Amino acid sequence: MRTDIIEIRWHGRGGQGAITAAKIVANGAFASGFKGVIMAPTFGTERRGAPVFTSLKISKNKIYDLSPITTPDMVVVLDPTLLDEVDVVAGLKEDGLVILNGPKPLSEYRFGDAKVAVSDVTKLAVEAGLPPGIVNSGIIGAFSQATGLVNIDVMVKAIENEFIGKRPEMNAKAARLVFDNTAVGGYV
Amino acid sequence: MHIIESGNVAAATGVKLSRAQVIAAYPITPQTPLTEKLSEFVESGEFEAEYIPVESEHSAMGVCIAASTAGARAFTATSANGLLYMSEQLHWAVGARLPLVMCVANRGIGAPWTVWNDQQDSMSQRDAGWIQLYANDHQQIIDTVIKAFLLAQTVSIPVMVCYDGYLLSHTYMPFDQPDQGDVDSFLPTFSPENFLNPEDPGNFNPVTLPDVRPGVDGKMEPGYIEIRHNLHHDLRSSIEVYGEIDSEYEEKFGRGGNPFIEKYKCEDAEFVAVCIGSLSYQLRDVIDIMRDSGTRVGVMGVQMYRPFPDEAIADALSGKKCVIVFEKALSYGNQGPLYGDIKSALYCSDDKPPIHNYILGLGGREIRTQHLLDALTDSCGSPETFGDTPRWIGLKL
Repeated sequence: MRTDIIEIRWHGRGGQGAITAAKIVANGAFASGFKGVIMAPTFGTERRGAPVFTSLKISKNKIYDLSPITTPDMVVVLDPTLLDEVDVVAGLKEDGLVILNGPKPLSEYRFGDAKVAVSDVTKLAVEAGLPPGIVNSGIIGAFSQATGLVNIDVMVKAIENEFIGKRPEMNAKAARLVFDNTAVGGYV
Repeated sequence: MHIIESGNVAAATGVKLSRAQVIAAYPITPQTPLTEKLSEFVESGEFEAEYIPVESEHSAMGVCIAASTAGARAFTATSANGLLYMSEQLHWAVGARLPLVMCVANRGIGAPWTVWNDQQDSMSQRDAGWIQLYANDHQQIIDTVIKAFLLAQTVSIPVMVCYDGYLLSHTYMPFDQPDQGDVDSFLPTFSPENFLNPEDPGNFNPVTLPDVRPGVDGKMEPGYIEIRHNLHHDLRSSIEVYGEIDSEYEEKFGRGGNPFIEKYKCEDAEFVAVCIGSLSYQLRDVIDIMRDSGTRVGVMGVQMYRPFPDEAIADALSGKKCVIVFEKALSYGNQGPLYGDIKSALYCSDDKPPIHNYILGLGGREIRTQHLLDALTDSCGSPETFGDTPRWIGLKL
């Protein structure tokens, strides 16, 4: 099987903007030289508030397999209350990474042997001026900090492009605030 | 410029760049975001077209037929049962020789309901006389839509541009949007010689008799069988026409060169897998794995299904040790439609390969790369013992 593809699974709730977040990262990754980018939402049955996930695959080469991710390298969780409902680390590869929006300190989160990165995106997004509950721009700051795959400046540009007419400055500020306030742990 | 968007947006962008003048559509999953995008384009003023919401797919095709008869460039899109509901009008559009373009986001047919992908919907309409083109990714969707408008108006036959529902329609990937000026110079304005015009009344599609007969002006007019003969003749000629259109497109935009079939590692291959749509790209990963372990295997995606490019297909497959056909459709009670067509194309070959048929992915059943690898490994290991009955992949009975 191909080893050049980085598989990132995004967990959120319907209407929370996980697809938009993954799309922004897709744009940032493409602009950074990842020519292969595939983002595949859960198909068919999205409902507002229900748990949803989105698959994002990135590679330096064209990607041909459109099937959903089953063994992610990374998972991104937009809503900490999902942890009680969904096994977000199902299939996570060894040396995998969990990026989490959560209010507690890093030491409070443990997912087997996985590396964990956490930031209180919900709180920081409000500090950036966004209405409560908008986390899909902020979480990208945590992604950039924890993975180093895409530079935060490139991400911010992708955020501003995506949110034209929808508070682009505040969304960009949220991502930068979260970038500066993401705690990244080591491998357990 | 490259953007990252869904396959439905790629299709909508192709329609906008082609300057369609009338769009009539009824929403159905997974086609819906395509028509929503087109109505947004029209509403915002960036796309000058009439968007006509209708109460059914039958009416959508009816509006397109009327618009095209009046000399407008018309477009619609649908999926699954929506396509079947317009079936009577599909036959009318082609018999009337109207250059419509329609996208089909391929979806399984109910009953029972499924919203997910297979290709039974467009396959069930393969004998209507429409040209059927299939895309494997978003770049091919936008490029094929633009080429389809030129093909349709060159041969006066409607064209279906099909792509896998959800897998392509709702998946995001990067693609290049051609420049409007380049598209304008590639695709001339639609200006038919005969169109419905109150200043110049005429008969359109009057009742025919079994035999030829004189028209109102005394000139001998063809009967039904002559009209149908000419349609078939022009469909066969459209293979060559599409080849030329694809070459022009490649010259201008730098993409194309595979109008009928797209081959991957087939040149020195002993074994060739064949299928239609995005599956042919997924199979490339399987081909690479098998090549690494020394099996000379390739994959071929069929891009033009009707008219069937039988010569190109026979040339590509004759003399192989085995041809393995993977299909997301079935001619119920018989075998896969593509399988039957490929057998027929190879019937006159001096060096006929054994041909295997696998049915998979119906109603969106996930197609695992491992399953494809297992099936292809089996077939390459024993080409002679398969029989003429399709085998099913991923079935949980």
